[in-house]
Amino acid sequence: MTSAAPTEIAVRRDGAVRMGFFTDTTVCIGCKSCEVACKQWNDLPADGYQFRKGGSYDHTGALGASTWRHVRFVERLEPSPAARADAEAALAAGGGGHVPNIPATGGGLPRPEELGGAGGGGLPTPEELGGAGGGARPEEVPDLVQWAEQNGDTPVVGEGDVDVGAAVAAMDRWLFMSDVCKHCTNAGCLDACPTGAIIRTEFQTVVIQPDVCNGCGYCIPSCPFGVPNRDPYDGRAAKCTLCYDRLQDGLEPACAKACPTDSIQFGPYDELVETAKGRVVALHERGVESAYLYGAGDEPGEQLAGGLGAFFLLTEAPERFGLPARADSPAQENGPYATAAGLAAAALAALGTIASFAVARRRGRG
Amino acid sequence: MESDGEQRGDRGGDRPRLFQRLRELPVVGRAADWGLGPAAVSKNTKRAGARIAGLEVTESVCPYCAVGCGQLVYTRDGELVDIEGNPRSPINQGTLCPKGQASRQLIQQPGRLTKVLYRRPHGTEWEELDLERAMDMIAERVIAARENHWQETHENGWRVDRTLGFAHLGGATLDNEENYFIKKLFTALGAVQIENQARI
Amino acid sequence: MPGLGTSFGRGGATNFQQDFQQSDCVWIQGSSLVEAHPVGSRWMMKARERGAKIIHVDPHYSRTSAVADVYVQIRAGSDIAFLGGLIRHIIETESYFKDYVVNYTNAPVIINERYQGPEELDGLFSGFDPGSGTYDTTTWLPENAEAPSASGQPEHATQAFDEKTGAGMGVSEVPEDPTLQHPRCVFQILKRHYARYTPEMVERICGCSKEDLLHVAETLIENSGRERTSMLAYAVGWTQHSTGVQTIRAGAIIQLLLGNVGRPGGGIMAMRGHASIQGSSDIPTLYDILPGYLRMPRAREQHLTLADYIEAGSTKRGWWANFDKYIVSLLKAWFGDAATAENDYGFPYLPKISGNHSHFPTMLRAVDGGLDGLFVMGQNPAVGSQHSGLQRRALAQLKWLVVRDLADLETASFWRESPEVRSGELRPEDIGTEVFLMPAATHVEKAGHFTNTQRLLQWRDKALEPPGDARSELHFTYHLGKRIKAHYANSDRERDWPIRNLTWDYPEHGPHAEPSAEDVLREINGYELTTGKLVNSFTELRNDGTTSCGCWIYSGCFADNVNQTRRRNPGDIDSPGGWVSPEWGWAWPANRRIFYNRASADPEGRPWSERKKYIWWDEEQARWTGYDVPDFPPNKRPDYRPTDDAAGVEGIGGDDPFIMMPDGRAQLFAPTGPLDGPLPTYYEPFESPFTNALYPKIGGNPCGVYWSRPDNPLNVSRSREYPVVASTFRLTEQHTAGAMSRNLPWLAELQPEMFVEINPQLARERGIEDGGWMTVMTERGEIEARAKVTSRLQPLRMGDEVVHQISMPWHWGTYRSSEQGVTGDSVNDIIPLSGDPNTTIEDKTFSCDVRAGRRRGESTCRLAHEHEHVDQMTREGDHEAELPHKAVHTLSSLYELPVPGDREAREPPEGWEAARELARDPGRTG
Repeated sequence: MTSAAPTEIAVRRDGAVRMGFFTDTTVCIGCKSCEVACKQWNDLPADGYQFRKGGSYDHTGALGASTWRHVRFVERLEPSPAARADAEAALAAGGGGHVPNIPATGGGLPRPEELGGAGGGGLPTPEELGGAGGGARPEEVPDLVQWAEQNGDTPVVGEGDVDVGAAVAAMDRWLFMSDVCKHCTNAGCLDACPTGAIIRTEFQTVVIQPDVCNGCGYCIPSCPFGVPNRDPYDGRAAKCTLCYDRLQDGLEPACAKACPTDSIQFGPYDELVETAKGRVVALHERGVESAYLYGAGDEPGEQLAGGLGAFFLLTEAPERFGLPARADSPAQENGPYATAAGLAAAALAALGTIASFAVARRRGRG
Repeated sequence: MESDGEQRGDRGGDRPRLFQRLRELPVVGRAADWGLGPAAVSKNTKRAGARIAGLEVTESVCPYCAVGCGQLVYTRDGELVDIEGNPRSPINQGTLCPKGQASRQLIQQPGRLTKVLYRRPHGTEWEELDLERAMDMIAERVIAARENHWQETHENGWRVDRTLGFAHLGGATLDNEENYFIKKLFTALGAVQIENQARI
Repeated sequence: MPGLGTSFGRGGATNFQQDFQQSDCVWIQGSSLVEAHPVGSRWMMKARERGAKIIHVDPHYSRTSAVADVYVQIRAGSDIAFLGGLIRHIIETESYFKDYVVNYTNAPVIINERYQGPEELDGLFSGFDPGSGTYDTTTWLPENAEAPSASGQPEHATQAFDEKTGAGMGVSEVPEDPTLQHPRCVFQILKRHYARYTPEMVERICGCSKEDLLHVAETLIENSGRERTSMLAYAVGWTQHSTGVQTIRAGAIIQLLLGNVGRPGGGIMAMRGHASIQGSSDIPTLYDILPGYLRMPRAREQHLTLADYIEAGSTKRGWWANFDKYIVSLLKAWFGDAATAENDYGFPYLPKISGNHSHFPTMLRAVDGGLDGLFVMGQNPAVGSQHSGLQRRALAQLKWLVVRDLADLETASFWRESPEVRSGELRPEDIGTEVFLMPAATHVEKAGHFTNTQRLLQWRDKALEPPGDARSELHFTYHLGKRIKAHYANSDRERDWPIRNLTWDYPEHGPHAEPSAEDVLREINGYELTTGKLVNSFTELRNDGTTSCGCWIYSGCFADNVNQTRRRNPGDIDSPGGWVSPEWGWAWPANRRIFYNRASADPEGRPWSERKKYIWWDEEQARWTGYDVPDFPPNKRPDYRPTDDAAGVEGIGGDDPFIMMPDGRAQLFAPTGPLDGPLPTYYEPFESPFTNALYPKIGGNPCGVYWSRPDNPLNVSRSREYPVVASTFRLTEQHTAGAMSRNLPWLAELQPEMFVEINPQLARERGIEDGGWMTVMTERGEIEARAKVTSRLQPLRMGDEVVHQISMPWHWGTYRSSEQGVTGDSVNDIIPLSGDPNTTIEDKTFSCDVRAGRRRGESTCRLAHEHEHVDQMTREGDHEAELPHKAVHTLSSLYELPVPGDREAREPPEGWEAARELARDPGRTG
């Protein structure tokens, strides 16, 4: 099988096939080796240094002009059966506390905030994701709030009966996912680029050419995933190139090579999709029935952006990983934040303030 | 020194060997293929290539934890260009953790020392010091500490033949050859307070 | 690693990391494998993909827990109770691997009548001397066994002795009961010892549920036996306790009961944290051992001759019968032609230890003004060592300090940038310490080798010249030695004999006159002195001065005149046995990748199962064969039985796989070796809010080490003032105390600030907000950090009580070498100096309290002038800190700590007086 026919290919080479990433979140250990490998190879400067609330050990926050791989941390809370039984027993015995009716699986799980703590997990807010067009707003967040409201009395933990609190807030799973540019078949960024800076390569990857980009920023709101961003120092847009330079010399992209558990796999797209489908079947057989592919192998018409060159194996709803459930077209899916950024960019363009970005030198790196 | 280590071996195991295929892609006549699409293919894009292609590569081992990952160190004319995992190593098979990945920055770190810094007693600033002079001064101080605090016998009369005048800390991040020298030299000088992080 | 050494014979990880993939169950406790060793966990994840179960038991839910099938949160420091619960369950359900236990362990051995255990003595073993906090271990010996010649020394930190368990012990005629029924056989003692470690008791002590315990037990049992193997991985989460060695012993007992040691996918992986921390024990920069775990000579009343030393260190049977060959060859390597039989090869000139000269006592000596100079090479005690406020104050008392590192760091700049300088307690103008900060070479700027966590020696080629005046430690030590040797060249004083005759003549290379690391490696490997040829193995070493060898266990690393550590052939890893990769690097000893691998076959020499075959007896070739180098005499038949007078390795039977032990068996019960008991027993951490539920009269480890002085205060145990249990952990993105990671922008940005993980309930009680500031308080001082409020941490229920735990990474410090680095408070500022009696390793479980907001003042200012209250030592005598029987935190001092007036007074626990009487006179009821 092959993905939907991609848009125009700028670089042709005999025998070149589509290459991609398959990121399997079920073996990701959240080590961030991919983040550093990417920065090391591409000589990208550190741009983080910001301690973030929530988000576990994610102090990166979002993909950006100097961060082309980003590991998300998702804390999922669910009472264990034993803990739930304990809590109920405690209640029956006349103890204080509360056993909330938490859905067993799927969405709508309470976050620690709802459970009476000052939350530790959950998803970063759009503000935390930072930057114009910095990612899609997780649709689940309002659901969670709603859930708490519907239940009327927000569960109170620990007043008089710590065990109930402990039972309620039992940690269930901690999930990690290494996010990256999706190298879409229908790439909104490429369509929006007025200068031809964004091209589709012979590997059918989508690459921003820094020596062409003038920093107009149109690509930023055009991406349903919030991937491209402007470098604050030189104004040009930047994102993952799928290590276009390494591919020229037969080298694996830096992140995929670095990944200690092979959560990130690289290879010819069609073969990767086959591998990934086999992996889903194997996981289903092992009882991980929630495993599915995000961005690959969908029916025509239901594909995300026509199919993703970098696709994922997930076990939770995409929103939990900060991914949009649908990405048919940029305008539809980008949400208010990206839209706002897009409007801002358009306004800037109209004002003619985009001059001379290209001559700005990048800050010294390393 | 070895020739391009990247080309030898692969991860093996059950990792898909998809990447081998890519290496077989034709690269000859590549230039003739450029520029056929509607978008502009820039000069730099046309020239794109891995900066380590053809460079001298040396096999090394990661200096962080004790997993012992193999590293490939790429250099050009005595300058460090890149450090990556060694695909041949059966321990890490080309992978590295974030610290190993950052080890080029360990060598090229912003605050890297290249001169001896000296702080005189009661001083308030660092001063630079010539290396040979520093070595002479340290040797004098070791000799003085040894002479001034030599114990032939313990306070209860037992033979000890030692000095407690100076001590050593460190070794878990050093080479075995270096630890061997430290233990050999300092023991011969009668020092016994020789310690490192490995009290496990 | 005495916990492993006293159980199996050698202090090293038994298996190798790639062997994780052969496991049916990987059990991680006392380690955060994924977090601290992400690439090592590559192989664990491969095992998981093949269906293996992953168990993680840890106070802190980490990235390791996230990928585990079974995660159990326990109270920090309660591991032995949990492990005791596992042992009890395995025995009670008769789930142990009986053929293995009867044949390969000392389970059948009958112990002498004088032995009594904690069940009889309220938490103590027989032979306890409360005055010194030490045991007379002769009461633990097997029936009819001779007393070890070196036993009974009232000293701590005798790692060297531990490594040679059974040294000096006669082993003939020890009665056994292979039916395991005799009431005094080890198996029955073990059964009685752990009888009260019931699931309910574990629940009460550890705070986990009994179902959790049983789940772990059943998972291990299901994945052990003939067909299946489970591997245990631990790290400093086990060692860094006042009961560190005993915790590892308990893990070893379980792996022996389940029959997992010496087998593929089994054994115990000690996951070590520095690139060559194993190497720096093998070729030690440690005070109590010489290369190859030969013990450092020890002062005694009589003149110590080489013969005395050999007698104390060797065994009649087992591998250590070769002890004399190794020490003589070492002396020949160091003193060359000057070492002769007539002068005992120079042995009498070696310095002798008389007490504990490890890191902490040395720094206490320093803080009291008793140390002139200190070298620090690649270590950062000013933030990396426990009670670092005291360490920094010690640096300020030195006359001179030499620091070698890649960049400036806290230890070198303590005089200008430290909490004590910021608070005004120390003023640079008042600090007399002369400091030399020497630029060091990085790992790619010098050649040499590291020994990794699986005992694998791997060579690094040199890729670059170090910049400017940066040099390797090899260069530094060599040229320092040259200068000092020149000074003493014409001395005829006896004390100068070793330095004058030290072999220090190495060819120099390059513009900086660098010695060749390969030349040094050759010296370590050893030579045949008559021919000048390199030896191929330690079996070629002799005791007559005709061979030299710098470290016998490394002998063979330059076999055939080839640098074996530079071998880089991974082989076909998909072939049968291919995962062993025996031609990649070189493993000590003799390139054996799995220790004790004779145990992978049954007593007759057949693999226990086809699925787990590894080493087996080939009758046709009349030798042991398989995927690895046999850890056994290659031609010794399985049915070989030693004669009564057989000595050395000949004294080991053909079905005794643990060749370092005098009887060839692994020790479930360790009559010699551990100083704090032959069996692991649960003791509370020194700083615990709780009473010891099993042994309420004892509390903490009665032999544990603690230096009682005003500048090293302990939090009052069982105090409401410090109700929170604290422990520390590592993060993937940072390394140790941070000097190698905090200053690198790519790593610093990923974990930019010090934080404390705290559960939502405790956070709410104290008004602490996620991401906000919080302060952690102890008697040593207080540190501030960002709060990470997370349900990954849970309040634990312990009987009627609830315990809150916090967890802290320890990677931060208050100095950075560039603007692009990050700083933060160091958790080591608030940890007291205390530790395990066997190793003096630090004890990193402690109590504390927490509050919202930032600290008041600098971290350690509350101890500002406390050390002035310490009685100053006389410079030339022993420092009190070096004499453990004076400094040890003994049983009798445990509950006599001063209780400050404004705090809640505590009553001694019930029955305390009786326990103390008992401790003072253990024989009375014995």
